[in-house]
Amino acid sequence: MEKKLKLSAAAKSNTITYSMVTVAFILIYLLDMMDVLSNSLSGQLVPICAYIVMALSLNLTVGVLGELSLGHAGFMSVGAFVGVVVAGCMDGSPDILRFIVSMIVGGVFAGIAGLVIGVPVLRLRGDYLAIVTLAFGEIIKDIINCLYVGVDASGLKIAGSAEALVLGEGGKVLINGPIGAANVPKLSSFFAGFILIMLTLFVVLNLINSRAGRAIMALRDNRIAAESVGIPVTKYKLMAFITSAVLAGMAGVLFSMNFSTIVASKFDFNQSILVLMFVVLGGMGNMRGSIIAATVLTVLPELMRAFEDFRMLLYSVVLILVMIGTNNAKLKAMIGKYTGKITAVFKKRKGETK
Amino acid sequence: MSRMIPVPSNAIVPERDAGKLPILEARHLGIEFGGLKAVDDFNLTVGRTEIAGLIGPNGAGKTTVFNLLTKVYQPTHGTTLLDGKDTHSMTTAQLSRAGVARTFQNIRLFANMSVEDNVKVGLHNRIEYNMWDGILRLPKFWKSERQMREETMELLSIFDMQDLAEYKAGSLPYGAQRRLEIVRALATGPKLLLLDEPAAGMNPHETAELMENIRKIRDTFQIAIMLIEHDMSLVMNVCEGIAVLNYGRIIAKGTPEEIQSNPIVIEAYLGKSKEEDNA
Amino acid sequence: MEFLFNLINGISLGSIYAIIALGYTMVYGIAKMLNFAHGDVIMVGGYISFCAIFYLELPPFIAVVLAMIVCTVLGIIIEGLAYKPLRDATSLAVLITAIGVSYFLQNSAQLIWGSASKSYISILQAEPIRLFEGQLTIKAEAVLTIIVCVIIMIALTLFVNKTKIGKAMRAVSEDKGAAQLMGINVNRTISTTFAIGSALAAVAGVLLCSSYPTLMPTTGSMPGIKAFTAAVFGGIGSIPGAMLGGILLGIIEIFAKVYVSMELSNAIVFAVLIIVLLFKPTGLLGKKISEKV
Repeated sequence: MEKKLKLSAAAKSNTITYSMVTVAFILIYLLDMMDVLSNSLSGQLVPICAYIVMALSLNLTVGVLGELSLGHAGFMSVGAFVGVVVAGCMDGSPDILRFIVSMIVGGVFAGIAGLVIGVPVLRLRGDYLAIVTLAFGEIIKDIINCLYVGVDASGLKIAGSAEALVLGEGGKVLINGPIGAANVPKLSSFFAGFILIMLTLFVVLNLINSRAGRAIMALRDNRIAAESVGIPVTKYKLMAFITSAVLAGMAGVLFSMNFSTIVASKFDFNQSILVLMFVVLGGMGNMRGSIIAATVLTVLPELMRAFEDFRMLLYSVVLILVMIGTNNAKLKAMIGKYTGKITAVFKKRKGETK
Repeated sequence: MSRMIPVPSNAIVPERDAGKLPILEARHLGIEFGGLKAVDDFNLTVGRTEIAGLIGPNGAGKTTVFNLLTKVYQPTHGTTLLDGKDTHSMTTAQLSRAGVARTFQNIRLFANMSVEDNVKVGLHNRIEYNMWDGILRLPKFWKSERQMREETMELLSIFDMQDLAEYKAGSLPYGAQRRLEIVRALATGPKLLLLDEPAAGMNPHETAELMENIRKIRDTFQIAIMLIEHDMSLVMNVCEGIAVLNYGRIIAKGTPEEIQSNPIVIEAYLGKSKEEDNA
Repeated sequence: MEFLFNLINGISLGSIYAIIALGYTMVYGIAKMLNFAHGDVIMVGGYISFCAIFYLELPPFIAVVLAMIVCTVLGIIIEGLAYKPLRDATSLAVLITAIGVSYFLQNSAQLIWGSASKSYISILQAEPIRLFEGQLTIKAEAVLTIIVCVIIMIALTLFVNKTKIGKAMRAVSEDKGAAQLMGINVNRTISTTFAIGSALAAVAGVLLCSSYPTLMPTTGSMPGIKAFTAAVFGGIGSIPGAMLGGILLGIIEIFAKVYVSMELSNAIVFAVLIIVLLFKPTGLLGKKISEKV
């Protein structure tokens, strides 16, 4: 029989995760201060943080709720562009305030998108849900591609074409259709990324280890049994889905404010799949795994430029192998046997040294 | 064996439940699957503290009755009164909150969660705190969680399962999984507990123990229990009223003695079982 | 006249979707899985026929047959290596694997043929058809596509209803366990389904590239997703449904492009999917599937 973690053991595991992130942050921060990191790697620090938050939030939908979302980048996109607009409207305010307000409003709008999408979609099951989230991701991308937003003295202006966007004196364009947003203020920092990761971890881990989290996992494990003990399905599915969307939106704000220009096509289906790979390879439902996978899989190709061409090919092969290895009963038993042998060997060695 | 007395609508309940509102009253309940009547004109009354049995050959529609009573399937005909209230517009989850709990023939535990968490999911509507109490770890979270843990341990102690609390539910042996399902159902605080083949896959020793526990549960919690079972010794021993289902219709109702001597039942069902006993 | 022109273009595009959707719907009906990589088999079909015509200078007909053979083999290999080990796994696991296969095909294509787009030469070197004194011009490819689609539809319906293997396929889609007990080789039936679906994907690839002559490693993914939409629209598991859904979706897409917005046409197509799933989750011609408890 497999022993499961105690509540105190879960708390212990969570502490390890928090400490791991903190230590890694301090270490990398110091390395960056000492200019040890390469330019390209140093430029990747904020995106890595954003990807970690994306992976953690998607893991809530895929690993904890057990529903496959293929449009997670759509929520990131909503957050990113709403954040840009908010920051644009708050020109002149202190940077920190602009950033925090952008982050909150971006998250809220992504959450609203999550609600709008979640209400109809979460009634569907399995494959249908996956394909509809994919469709929603594409719709969000297409809509932002057709969106022209500007701000002038009289306030915020939204239009469906470049010609229709008429701005008064001193007005500036914030989102310019398919060209996207230019002159985005660089409000993100590695430290902000670290704070967002910690906040995400706090929300996700505490949610999982609570009444609501248990209800969500019960739905994942057996929907009919969960209903039979009185769990309202829609409520808890929506709770997980919207929380996930809000966090993805915040990741989008963090991400966009690290670059001076940002386009909607950056947040396409491929982006959603990349994040899904972090979740799957890090272990579904395993938050620490998501953090490690997002970091390693973003840094590795940076370190090995020659590897770039093969990167996605290799990922896809690894993804297939991991899925087969963890889901095929025979292979699972075989792997279990070998890892069992290895741990047995270790235990034996330990015994000998005593 | 207690004496069965008639109540309105031509049904029978144990004497001690007489004069009280029956916990369950199914009226002309039925469902069709593409023209096929899986259950037809199902009428049954269960007293407030009765242990009732639902028996019948394989494919008679017994589990379908449970699915109708818990609204996993929406009945195409008739309705059920729970505690005198019409359940027509209620969902599975609402029925659970109204006091109907069940187990499943093919065990449906939350296999990847611990035994303790399985029971805590059962307590979901009994001990409440909201999402923010949980995320922000407010005092209400700690208080409720402590209360939940105590309740969980107490419920697990019915079957002496406290030591298994930390194990993954899916890794338990078969019999323990069946018992955990009962505990989880009890955690919801039911007035009516539906057990779908609770003794399936259990050895005679475990079955005997289960029989005792079913009575113990009824006596401690003062609830009604309705069970589907193929093990005739268990049914005849613990059930006070029995309904026999064949081809989706009730062919007989009565006390175990009456059922055992009913020629229709013997022909449809028990005759076969007697031959097996002799063999 | 313009309306008729758009309608014919819509039906032509819809016919391509319909052929792809047949592959999705058959696999979904029989293996109960969404073969996400199906769209990328179209792309492989496009590249194979492209190479056969452009480099090997084979006649178009031989090129199409070659593409069909390669895709059929590819389909069987994918099924055997990636999906077969996951026969009893959750749909989540199978779908993620299928996405992995999709990425594998796209990235392999990129390594072999490069990421730059190739301009495909139509397999049909025919003059457009002019009607109503030249007021209405229809591309020969559009007509060919519609004809091929009708032929495939009829052939497939006959195959599924009349042949032994077709009957086996229907039996497996109804009840895998019962079919096995009746002596049907379930694995071989699923494999055959993938083979047929992939051969159809090759045909769709050739037709798609002939009508829209840019070929890239990602060429198949968008039509693939839209064709799945078409399959759901028509009712997943139903062959006439795939046909109906495909053609309707093609018409909707072309009309959306012309009369609403070029940029939002994809969004409109996907909105159709969502609306269908909300109000009629089983699609136009689909059957109701209920969960056994």
